[in-house]
This record gives sequence, structure tokens and C-alpha cells, in this order.
Amino acid sequence: MAVNSAAVRPRPSILSRLAESRNVLGFGFMLPAAALLLVFLTYPLGLGVWLGFTDARIGRPGIFIGIENYEYLWSDSVFWLSVFNTLLYTVSASILKFVLGLWLALILNQNLPFKSFFRAVVLLPWVVPTVLSAIAFWWIYDSQFSILSWALQQMGLIDHRINFLGDPTNARASVIAANVWRGIPFVAITLLAGLQTIPQSLYEAATLDGASRWQLFRHVTLPLLTPIIAITMTFSVLFTFTDFQLIYVLTRGGPVNATHLMATLSFQRGIAGGQLGEGAAIAVAMIPFLLAAILFSYFGLQRRRWQQGGGD
Amino acid sequence: MAAIKQAERIDTDEGGMGYLQSLPRRVVTVYLPLLVFMIVLLFPFYWMTITAIKPNAEMTDYANHNPFWVVHPTLQHIRYLLFETSYPGWLLNTIIISTAATFLSLLAAVLAAYAIERLRFSGARQVGLAVFLAYLVPPSILFIPLSLMVFNLGLYDTPFALILTYPTFLVPFCTWLLMGYFRSIPFELEECALIDGASRWQILTKIVLPLSVPGLISAGIFAFTLSWNEFIYALTFIQSSEKKTVPVGVLTELVRSDVYEWGALMAGALIGSLPVVVLYSFFVEYYVSSMTGAVKE
Repeated sequence: MAVNSAAVRPRPSILSRLAESRNVLGFGFMLPAAALLLVFLTYPLGLGVWLGFTDARIGRPGIFIGIENYEYLWSDSVFWLSVFNTLLYTVSASILKFVLGLWLALILNQNLPFKSFFRAVVLLPWVVPTVLSAIAFWWIYDSQFSILSWALQQMGLIDHRINFLGDPTNARASVIAANVWRGIPFVAITLLAGLQTIPQSLYEAATLDGASRWQLFRHVTLPLLTPIIAITMTFSVLFTFTDFQLIYVLTRGGPVNATHLMATLSFQRGIAGGQLGEGAAIAVAMIPFLLAAILFSYFGLQRRRWQQGGGD
Repeated sequence: MAAIKQAERIDTDEGGMGYLQSLPRRVVTVYLPLLVFMIVLLFPFYWMTITAIKPNAEMTDYANHNPFWVVHPTLQHIRYLLFETSYPGWLLNTIIISTAATFLSLLAAVLAAYAIERLRFSGARQVGLAVFLAYLVPPSILFIPLSLMVFNLGLYDTPFALILTYPTFLVPFCTWLLMGYFRSIPFELEECALIDGASRWQILTKIVLPLSVPGLISAGIFAFTLSWNEFIYALTFIQSSEKKTVPVGVLTELVRSDVYEWGALMAGALIGSLPVVVLYSFFVEYYVSSMTGAVKE
């Protein structure tokens, strides 16, 4: 058959026709990315779900044990504590990041001298490796030589050193504060980019109509910013929910598991403890929460689109 | 580039009603909060630096020395770090791994983004959506199955374990970003080239890529920073001390259980942050546009 068509048309023509075909060409162009992602992302995702149903350990392939891992986790108080911690961590850190980030973005959107300098500096906490800045926080939170305790003592605000990472409540507050510190720049800079697309004429028109500063913010800024807020916060929630590095550096989940997140518990059981199956089950248990967060912001975004007078 | 230009144009326009505010009011509502934000955001860096050059005698002696300042700065911690630990090796590993992962990801992303955005093969839209969804899959849920795969493929404890797994979060991001850039290049340019007999490959290398250099720089810098900062894969897939990357090495090798070498730790954190900070300071606009670009789409 191939010989026949080669006789009718010269060979190069078939090749070039093939090379012009969108689908063949598209397939060829997609190949490297698709291969990388299918092998190292899609397959492991499936493998992770499968591992959650096995009793695999490091160095020993597991056998299918049904939902035994999940049954065990269901009755495991440490797992539920880590779920609670993760939700507390995500919700409080995200709210703080949003409020402070939006505030910083509004400040930076003013007419400031050295504005680009400030904007560049603000992003620094987000640029440096999390682990390395977390090590700095570890030193700042040191139980004996904490600079914060020392400064507060000098100011006469406290009379004994704060045990930042040794006490459950303090430790939770400390890791949340470190996470907020790192996350503010991302929220502020992306929201600033959104603020800069709002035309000044809208504010001028509203001011002429007698709107107060709060009304300007509430009825001009906020509605126009909602789509970008939704996406920014989706990413922020996603990063916070799956956070691992900060906790691993600062507390390793302690004291008495008070700061264990699902990701760190999954690492502790799966890699450090060697129980791959159980670790994978904890990781899989994170997926429904992530899906919920994504869907929530996606539909939040959809609903708002008509408000801007945009298309669909 | 268009996005950056636009941002600049809007910059000059903003604060149009600033003159309505009196100076005292601006001090309270703008300058004071900005000052507090700056102090809080920058203090850890100051503290890192001051600790890195503080002699051990002053380090914990808060009674006789104000901890916020250093009387006799020293380079002993940095010397210790560079000559008596494996730190230089970790730096080199991190540079090699980040560069290789970035180039691999950029290559795959350029081809994929061009195919999705311009070849428009059947199902291109769905593939584009799948790429975006891949971006949302966090490393924290992949590291356990990946560690099993890495082990079975014989990649455990080699740089290739990281070079091949970092693209899982770099390729989706770069593809998504480059799709936006390619979209802004007029179709007419490609049509002209097609009529003149150029092949798709020639169009990509001679027309599309030269026009999207800013996009390539943005994606490249961002990808490099992400690989430099990556932690969980590097922690899980690498075991030997001399093959570690900077973040993992500093945390696992410099921290001894009995005594904390805070000076060396801070010096390690500082020097490990420096390359990305320098890179970032040269390309701030590209960095910001890639960060906001990925969110805006």
C-alpha cells in the first residue's frame, strides 16, 4: 500500500504533507512535555492512590489490603490532629496573608517615592529559599536566645522569655507567623498588579458622586479585584495547605504533634518510618480538601464575572 | 514586554487623586504602615546577616553586647563554611541541578506551548487545561510514589532523580506562561512565513522564539528559582552528604544535635539565598511579570 501511494506521489510530498499535518506535528511537539508529565506526574499520582491501598514498606513491595490504611487512620487520633492542624494553619494563615497582603498592595499602589524599589524589596521573603529563611526564624524563635524575647524584655513588655516553639499554642502561632511572613509578598504583588489595571477615572467619577474612601474601596476596588483575589487566594491556600518545609525546619511536627500537618505526618510515616502505604494514604487524604479549595475559588470566580460587565 | 510596558504606563497614571490627601494624613495611612511592613519583612534578613558575621563570644552574650549590632565582625563562620564543610559542593550541585532542570523544562515547555497555542491540533484546548491542572498538583502528595519510582529506576541518590522530577512542577508553569506570550504574537507573521515556504520548525525558531525572549527569560528565571528552592524531593531522593543541595545540606548536615552553630547556619542560609536574590535583582520586572502573568490567565 505504501509502495502504491509512493508511486502515485513522490515520496517527499508524503513526508512534507505529514509534516504539515497539525495533528502529527502537534503530537511530535507535545511529546517531550507529555512524556515527562505522564511518567513523573500522572503515573505517580495513580501509583500513590494504589499505594494507599497496600501495605508497602521501604524495600518491600506491598500487597493489596483494601481500605485498611484508611480504617487505621480513621481511628488514629494523631491523624485527626494533623487534619485539624492543617485546617487551622491554612485558614488562619490565609486570612492573615489576604488582609495584610491586600493592605500592603493598597499602600504600594499609592503615589510613592522609590516605588519600584519598595516593590522589589517586598518580594524578597518570597524569593529566598523557604528552608533557609525558616532557619533564620528558627534562630529568631530560639528558646534561650530569641531576639524577640530579648527585645520585648528590654521594652518591659514581658518578664520572662517566651517559649516560642516548645509550647503547643505558641508553636502553632509561631509557624503561622513565619508562613504569613513568607506569603504576604506573593499576595501583595499579585493584588498590586490587579489594582494597577483599575482605571483612575472610576475613582474620580465615584468621588464626584460623593463616595467616601471606604465606599470607594468597597464599591470600586473590591468588585474589580475579585477575580484576581480568587485566583491568588486559590494558589495561596494550595501552597499553605500542602506546606512541608517550614514545619519540617521549625518543629518537625512537635511539640506533642501540635504542629504536625498532613504533609509532614505523611513524610514522617511514609519515608522516615518506612510505611509507604500509610504515608501515601495520608497524602491521598489531602486530595479532597485540595479539590474543594480549587472548586470553591473556581465557582467564586465564575459567579463574579458578569459583575464586571465582561463577556460570558 | 507588552505587559511590562503597560504596567509602566499605568504607573504614571496612578495616584491621580493623591493631591486630595494632606501630608499628615498620608504619613499615618501610608508611610507609617509601609515602614512597619518593611521592618517586619526585612528583619529576618538583617538578623541572618548580623549573626553570620558575629563572633561566637558576642553571639549569646546579650548582657554585655547589644544583639542588634556587632562590635568585632568576623569572617570565621564563612571561612568555616567554605573550607571545612561540604558547602561548596552543595552549591555546585544546586547550580547544576537547577540549570539542567530549567533547560529541560524550558525546551519541553516551548514545544508544548507552541503546539497548544498555534498548531491547534485536535484536543489542544483539553491538553491546555490538563497542563494547568498539572500545575495544581503539589509535590507533597507525589513524593512517596515518586521515591518508589526513583528507587526502582536506579536514580536514587543521583542528580538525575532531581533533574527529571523537578520538571513535574516546572513544565506546567512554563508552558502556561509561554502560552500567554505566544498568544500575543500576531498570526499574520506566521502566515507570511508559511506562504514564503517556511516549515513549522523554522517559524518557531526564527519568528516566534526571537519575539518571545522576554517570556523565555521570565519563565527561565522563575523555573531556576523554584528548582533552587525545592526541598521535599531533594530531602527524599538524595542520601549521600556530598550530593545534597544547599537547602537540604544546610538543614541536615550543619545542624548537630548537641550544639547549634548559629553563625555557620546563618552564613549558610545567607550564601544559599544570594544567587537567587542576585538573579532576582537583575530581572525584577521579568520575575514580577511571570508571577502575576501566571495568576492573571
